[in-house]
Amino acid sequence: MSNSLSEIPLVHVQNVSKHFGEGETRVDALRDVSLEVHPGEVVALLGPSGSGKTTLLNVIGCITEPSSGWVSLDGEVVYDGHWLRSDLRKLRLEKIGFIFQFHNLLPFLNSTDNVAVVLSLAGFDKDESKRRAIELLEYLEVGHRKDAMPANLSGGEAQRVAIARALANRPRIILADEPTAALDSERAGIVMDLLRKVAVEQEAAILAVTHDEKIFDRFDRIFHLRDGRLDDQNT
Amino acid sequence: MNLAYRDIRHNLGRFLLTCFGLSLLLGVVLSMIGIYRGLVEDALTLVRTPVVDVWVVESGTRGPFAESSRIPGDTREAIARLQGVSAAGSVTYQSVETRHGNEKLRLYVVGYEPGRPGGPDQITTGRPIGRSHYEMVADKRTGLSLGSRIELGRDTFTVVGMTDDQVSSGGDPVIYITLKDSQQLQFELAPPAARREIARGSGPGDTDTINAVIARVSPNVSPESVAEAARRWKHLAAMSQGEQELILTQSVVERARKQIGLFTGLLLIVSAVIIALILYTMTMDKLREIATLKLIGAPDRTIVGLILQQALAMGTIGFGFGAILITSIKDYFPRRVVLQPEDGLALAAAVILVCVLSSALGVRLALKVDPATAIGG
Ligand SMILES: Nc1ncnc2c1ncn2[C@@H]1O[C@H](COP(=O)(O)OP(=O)(O)O)[C@@H](O)[C@H]1O
Ligand SMILES: [Mg+2]
Repeated sequence: MSNSLSEIPLVHVQNVSKHFGEGETRVDALRDVSLEVHPGEVVALLGPSGSGKTTLLNVIGCITEPSSGWVSLDGEVVYDGHWLRSDLRKLRLEKIGFIFQFHNLLPFLNSTDNVAVVLSLAGFDKDESKRRAIELLEYLEVGHRKDAMPANLSGGEAQRVAIARALANRPRIILADEPTAALDSERAGIVMDLLRKVAVEQEAAILAVTHDEKIFDRFDRIFHLRDGRLDDQNT
Repeated sequence: MNLAYRDIRHNLGRFLLTCFGLSLLLGVVLSMIGIYRGLVEDALTLVRTPVVDVWVVESGTRGPFAESSRIPGDTREAIARLQGVSAAGSVTYQSVETRHGNEKLRLYVVGYEPGRPGGPDQITTGRPIGRSHYEMVADKRTGLSLGSRIELGRDTFTVVGMTDDQVSSGGDPVIYITLKDSQQLQFELAPPAARREIARGSGPGDTDTINAVIARVSPNVSPESVAEAARRWKHLAAMSQGEQELILTQSVVERARKQIGLFTGLLLIVSAVIIALILYTMTMDKLREIATLKLIGAPDRTIVGLILQQALAMGTIGFGFGAILITSIKDYFPRRVVLQPEDGLALAAAVILVCVLSSALGVRLALKVDPATAIGG
């Protein structure tokens, strides 16, 4: 662990369990999971399909309610047996950026507006939203595609626009579910370098699910999930 | 950033096509209402044209339109002598069928005494009837024009004047001829047996029968007192203008109203179901985007706004198209279509209401969407 223990973790998950269904159909997606991610850290979440990676991201992203445990984000306890905030969406808007395997851009907005929509939801005025969106797109080297509709973007371009959207409101926690799965190794490397840059510059914590062995060396730590349990020998 | 507008613009073709379909449906609803209004207006045209206060008809009948009525030709003189009557006229009404060129022509013939109540109120071209025989004033819906010659019974009539929008409650265009001509026509068109009786002078009537006497009363005189006086003749019945209009709307229009009212109601329900379905599918198609919006932190307000605004846009555009469509083609309908602003407003309000209610289905669906579904591959 490279960060000092005195630092407050950005993501702090303690003894979180999550099961779906009851009785015969019960699935234990997470069993007693605890982890911490500190500002500036880029960590990977690894594990076979069905091991609970997405569920864990969703719990941290306040999308899926855990069955038990305790979750704190950016120093604020958000779950302790139940959600402690009613405006989880606002919390997401302010603190969390999501990047998905498939870009999930809104098909009816061009690149700029797909990024700007987050900013306007966050209360920025129209011009400011646009200006910052274009800035971000340029930062991600897709400025030349700022007027393109998602359907006309290549996979790599779309993913970078989606990353721009995830970064738009300067979140301190970035959750990425297989962000490079749809990209070739060169593009995947570029994306990971970029996330690292953001982690450092914005003091953000980045948690990425990945299968991609080519990019393992770009993570500070790797968590292994198996059957909903975190392995002890996390590197 | 207006998401509703952006989404519509992105799928503009599909959206407009949907609106167009809806507009056809709403156009049909609007024309049904218009047809009904036209029916009522047509039914009342003939009663209103002479601008009178009292109708005198055969006793025991509710003539001359709802039921047939025959009274002696000298009734008019008796009525004219009643206290308070300022003008009175004899009138006949009959349907005839004739030919114009190669076309069959159904006409509603009004016989009246020129110079007395009962004639056409406004001649748009030409002149009123000037001679006592074989002239007629025809409505432009007959397809006739000034100078046209038409055979009625054994005689040929010349069109000397034209009117606008004069039709019977059955929708047949109206022509006006003199009372004398119309009585001759009634005689000629009667069945042969009845005709022989009449000619012998021994039948139930002679050629000098009319269908009604209409009368105007002086100011300060109540039409009811005149009607009262007329009823003292046992063979006569009398009613005020208002009663006559009521009889027509009830007897002639009532069934049509039920029919059209029911049909309009059905169409409205069909429209509502279709609007609800469209809005529901529009929301279904956007579930993933809605989940994404929730995920990036959009409040419910944004999502409800998206659906509701699109619903209202669709309703408004659909209704607008429909109204324009019907307004521009209404004159090609075989019967009069009367579009009243208040009917349009009522339908618009109904459509808006239906849109809001049906978007509730979509909104419910949208609000239940789990943001996690945005993540799934
Ligand atoms: N909404 C859900 N309802 C029921 N079971 C679920 C749900 N989400 C995930 N699961 C189950 O939880 C387990 C972990 O799923 P997931 O977190 O998606 O795994 P991973 O992302 O590692 O492939 C799987 O067995 C999956 O079937
Ligand atoms: Mg997964």
